[in-house]
Amino acid sequence: MSLTIIKAGILDSIQDEGRFGFQASGINPGGAMDVFSARLANCLLGKPMNAAVIEIHFAAPVVSFNEVAIICITGANFTPEIGDREIQINQPVIVNKNAVLQFKKVKQGARCYLAVLNNFTLAPWLNSYSTNLKAAAGGLHGGQLESGDIIPFEKIDALNNYLKEETSIVLPWKAYPEDLTVPNKLEVIKGSEWDWLDENSQQTFLNTPFKITKVADRMGYRLSGKGLHLKEQKQLVSSAVSFGTLQLLPSGQLILLMADHQTTGGYPRVANVISAHLPLLAQSRTNDAISFAITDIQTAEQKLLQQFNYLQQVQYAAGFKIEKILQ
Amino acid sequence: MSYSISALGDSALTVDFGNIISLEINTKVLLLVKAIERAGLIAIKDIVPAYSSVTIHYDVIMLLRQHKNKSAFTLMSEQMEALLSQPVKAVAVTGRRVQVPVCYSLRYGWDLPDISAQTRLSVEEIIHLHTEKKYKVYMIGFLPGFAYMGNVDERIAVPRKLEPRLKIEAGCVGIAGKQTGIYPLASPGGWQIIGRTPVKLFDKEKEDTVFFKAGDEVAFYSITEDEFDNY
Repeated sequence: MSLTIIKAGILDSIQDEGRFGFQASGINPGGAMDVFSARLANCLLGKPMNAAVIEIHFAAPVVSFNEVAIICITGANFTPEIGDREIQINQPVIVNKNAVLQFKKVKQGARCYLAVLNNFTLAPWLNSYSTNLKAAAGGLHGGQLESGDIIPFEKIDALNNYLKEETSIVLPWKAYPEDLTVPNKLEVIKGSEWDWLDENSQQTFLNTPFKITKVADRMGYRLSGKGLHLKEQKQLVSSAVSFGTLQLLPSGQLILLMADHQTTGGYPRVANVISAHLPLLAQSRTNDAISFAITDIQTAEQKLLQQFNYLQQVQYAAGFKIEKILQ
Repeated sequence: MSYSISALGDSALTVDFGNIISLEINTKVLLLVKAIERAGLIAIKDIVPAYSSVTIHYDVIMLLRQHKNKSAFTLMSEQMEALLSQPVKAVAVTGRRVQVPVCYSLRYGWDLPDISAQTRLSVEEIIHLHTEKKYKVYMIGFLPGFAYMGNVDERIAVPRKLEPRLKIEAGCVGIAGKQTGIYPLASPGGWQIIGRTPVKLFDKEKEDTVFFKAGDEVAFYSITEDEFDNY
C-alpha cells in the first residue's frame, strides 16, 4: 500500500493547490507550479482537485508500485514508461503490483504531476500537503523526495482482481486541455506600480520579448530583455506579492514570481500574469522567449472560470468511469 | 480616510494607505485587518497586512459562482469600501507586549565593529540604543515569522550591507535602516547583524508556528553568552 522512490529525480516533491491562510505569518502558499495540471491529474481519476500529487522535474525519478494502483500523469511530457511500454500523459493507467514507472526524455514542458487514485496517507501541515522546502515542512518529510522514500497510500481491494499477468492497462479516456492552457501571448493585468514605468518602458514591456534566464526555479524566474526604467527613482515600502507578480529589479530587469514566492516584497509590481496563463509559464524553461499583452480583470476571471468548468466536467465524467471499474 | 484599491493579479487586491512607514498608517492597516476578520466574508483565502497596505487573496471561482453578473474583483472592492466607510470602532489594536533576549557579544554581533566604526559609537552605546526602545511589529514577511520592526534610533539606523551574506543563522538580530528584525530561519540576507536570540521564532510543530504577529510591541534585553547557551 505504497510506492517507492527507487531513484530520486532532481526535484520531486508532494504538492497540492497550496497552503492558504498563513501568509500573514510569512508562510507562503507554495503548491503545484502548474496548478491546472495538478488538478487535471486528480480530475482524470475523479478525485478532489486539491488531492496531493507528486510534482516531478527532469531528471525524473524511478518509481515502483508496491500495490495495484490507478495513476495519471499530466503536465510536462517526459516520455513516461511502465515496464518498457510508453504511456500517454493525460490518460489514466492501472498499474500492477511491482510495476516500475520511469521517464525517458523531455518531449515538452518543465514539470509533470503524478496522481494516484489511492489517496496518499500523509499528515498535512497547516491544512496542506504541499512541501515547503524553505520551512522544511509539509509533504513527506518536509523535503524533496529522496531515493528509498516510501509514500504510503490507501489500499483499494476492488483493484486486486483487475489485472492478471499484465503490468498495466491503459484506461480508455483522455483529456486534451491544450486549447485552454496554451495561449499565444501571456496576458497580464497592470500592477499597482505600472504607472511608475516611463512611457518608453511601458511600450518595451508590451512590444518586445523577454527570455527566461537560467535563474529559474520554484521561487521565480529572472527574465532578461531590454531594460525598463521608472519615471523617477521611488522606493516602495514592502507590500504583498503573488504568484505571477512581475517585479522590476533595480537593474531594470524583471523577475516573475512563481509558486514558492515570498509573501511580501519591496520592488515595484509592474504587472501580474493572469492565473489562467500561469500553467504555461510553469511549463516554460530557461531560454524560452515570452511576450506580454495587457488584459482586463473580467477577461482574466472568465478564463480562469472556463478552465475550472472544464476540470469539473473531466472530474465528473471520470468519476463515473472509475466507479464502474471499482464495482 | 484616503486609500486606493488596486488589483494584485486576478485573485488578490491591495488596499493601500500611502506607501510610507508610519505608526499611524500601520494602525489603519491593522484596524482594516480586524474589520475584515470580523466581517466573516466568504471566499477570502489570505489577509496580508504590510507597512501601509492590506492585501486579500480570494477565491475567484467561488465568488463568480455566487454572483453571476459581477466580477470577483468588483465584489471584493465593494466589500472593502463598505468596511472602510464604517466609523472606526474603538477596538484595541495594541498587540501583545513581548520581551526578547538577545546576546550582543561579538560571537553573534558580527557587524557590531563595522557599525561602531560607521557611527562612531561604542559597541556598548549601540547595544544600549537598541535595547532602550520599544519596537512595533509592522508586518511579517520575507520568511516564515520574519517580523519587520521599527523604528530604530536614527543614530544606529545603518543601511543594509552592500553584499548580502549567503547564510545568516536562525535567531540573528539585524538592522536595516530604521528597521530591526530577526531571521527565524537560516537564509541569505543583507541586514547588519548585531546579536542573536535563543528564542525559537519558527517552530513547525507548534500550533502557533511563528512567534511574532503584526501589532506586537517588542523590547529587547541583553543576555550573556552563558545565558544564551543555557536558555
